[in-house]
Amino acid sequence: MSGSPNLVALYTIVRREIARILRIWTQTLIPPAITVTLYFVIFGKLIGSRIGPIAGGFSYMQYIVPGLVMMNVITNSYGNISSSFFGAKFQRSVEEMLVSPMPNWVILLGYVLGAVARGLAVGLLALLIALFFTSLHVVHPLITFLSVLLGATIFSLAGFVNAMYAKKFDDVALVPTFVLTPLTYLGGVFYSISMLGEPWQTISRINPIVYMVNAFRYGVLGVSDVHVGASFVVMLVFVASLAAFALFLLKRGIGLRS
Amino acid sequence: MSTVPALVVDNLRKTYGNGVEALKGVSLTVEQGDFFALLGPNGAGKSTLIGILSSLVNSTSGDARIFGVSVNRQRNEAMKLIGLVPQEINFNQFEKPFDICVNEAGFYGIPRKIAAERAEKYLNELRLWDKARDQARMLSGGMKRRLMIARAMMNEPKLLILDEPTAGVDIEIRRSMWQFVSGINAAGTTVILTTHYLEEAEQLCRNIAIIDHGTIVENTSMKRLLAKLDVETFVLDVTHAPEQPPALPGVTVRRIDEHTLEAEMARSHDLNSLFAALSAQGVTVTSMRNKTNRLEELFVRLVENGRLGQERAA
Repeated sequence: MSGSPNLVALYTIVRREIARILRIWTQTLIPPAITVTLYFVIFGKLIGSRIGPIAGGFSYMQYIVPGLVMMNVITNSYGNISSSFFGAKFQRSVEEMLVSPMPNWVILLGYVLGAVARGLAVGLLALLIALFFTSLHVVHPLITFLSVLLGATIFSLAGFVNAMYAKKFDDVALVPTFVLTPLTYLGGVFYSISMLGEPWQTISRINPIVYMVNAFRYGVLGVSDVHVGASFVVMLVFVASLAAFALFLLKRGIGLRS
Repeated sequence: MSTVPALVVDNLRKTYGNGVEALKGVSLTVEQGDFFALLGPNGAGKSTLIGILSSLVNSTSGDARIFGVSVNRQRNEAMKLIGLVPQEINFNQFEKPFDICVNEAGFYGIPRKIAAERAEKYLNELRLWDKARDQARMLSGGMKRRLMIARAMMNEPKLLILDEPTAGVDIEIRRSMWQFVSGINAAGTTVILTTHYLEEAEQLCRNIAIIDHGTIVENTSMKRLLAKLDVETFVLDVTHAPEQPPALPGVTVRRIDEHTLEAEMARSHDLNSLFAALSAQGVTVTSMRNKTNRLEELFVRLVENGRLGQERAA
């Protein structure tokens, strides 16, 4: 690729990140595919067949497909960037970028695009697997795409911040275990939050994953627990705040420069 | 040719978060085309200084200008001019040497086609081309060091900084590395070298700065520095060493074993009188060498004097 130096640098990072995803495909693509298949078989098929129609008259299997796809997108975007960037810190190969003339925003955007690429690839895989179990008709394709894109971006940025602060591998695993997984499971992946009583319904609305899952579900099925406009506002606010924070950390060199 | 120095370090200070003052107002100038030695004991501040020049360490105060470009104010422009070979291995061990080099060029905005040509050129010159498609972790220690030099050359820097590039490398590879770097220097690239192998610095470098406890204790030409050495010790291999070595004014001759003598004398003292005295005793000198590396002797002396001065001041 030729063009402006920043574009070349951006392309280099994205290409390297995608090469990494493909090089270790048994760690990056296969496990999420197996996990989501198990979810579809156990929750969708075995248990779901005993549950009647849910919000909007959809079968339980159809209802959980958008949630499970989004869950995969979120966890894989986050996991990709946190392990890749922390790995670069750990091996000190991040210094290759830090001593180059590349601006901070290129480093951030390159890693985010790499992580979003993995999120989208895994999301697409999950969607394809879902078609073996149920039929789906995407109601709002643009909303579907934008919600998955923003969801992947938010958690890529969050994973980047995590990797910036992380000093050891445990620090990278800590947030997914104690924050990301509970938020995902309580984010309306397997149920409609309208099924919850108060105050849990209101408390659930603090969880940003509720907005992502519901925006995506609205795109695919046309039903949502929250207003789709509100979902996009929440997601855009998260993208802007996290990007600004990550750039601030890069400028200060937190965890990177002494 | 422009007269802008390759590097001007201006009153650079660095105090780390834990209170350690690594640099206490360092100033020095490296002229274009120079092969410059930056020496100092462990913990003297060399790596901190290099870290600031390559923007890996934030300075507390002061500035450095690379070919007139400020590291503080025009970081990105300044970084285009530098190539860094760090002390520690710092590439992704799971990537291939070719990809490591091409990616490095990409970070500098160099299009992939040109990057691939340069990677082939420098990996060939550093005798790594046959390993270009192997995983980097499979390379030997010496190969990894050479790979870091090839990587640093990808942006064809005007200033190449080598931070102990030959640590733990065998003599043959070390020589081939110096041959390469000398060639780069002869072609116009300014080189700054830190090393603990002082004979390397003596052979390669034209100018030198010695840093200790964050302060420059000497900054001069190698010639002038070596001229300061007033006493030299020679080891003489002889056919048979006399029990009573000759007594000469200004020369102390010691018998080490039956075939070895040691002679300590002022640099200004001629050697003829020593040979004449030995000949008179029927001793034949078969070979002779300097006992210690001259630069090493001066280095130790300067660092010790600096420490004594600091202790007195305290």
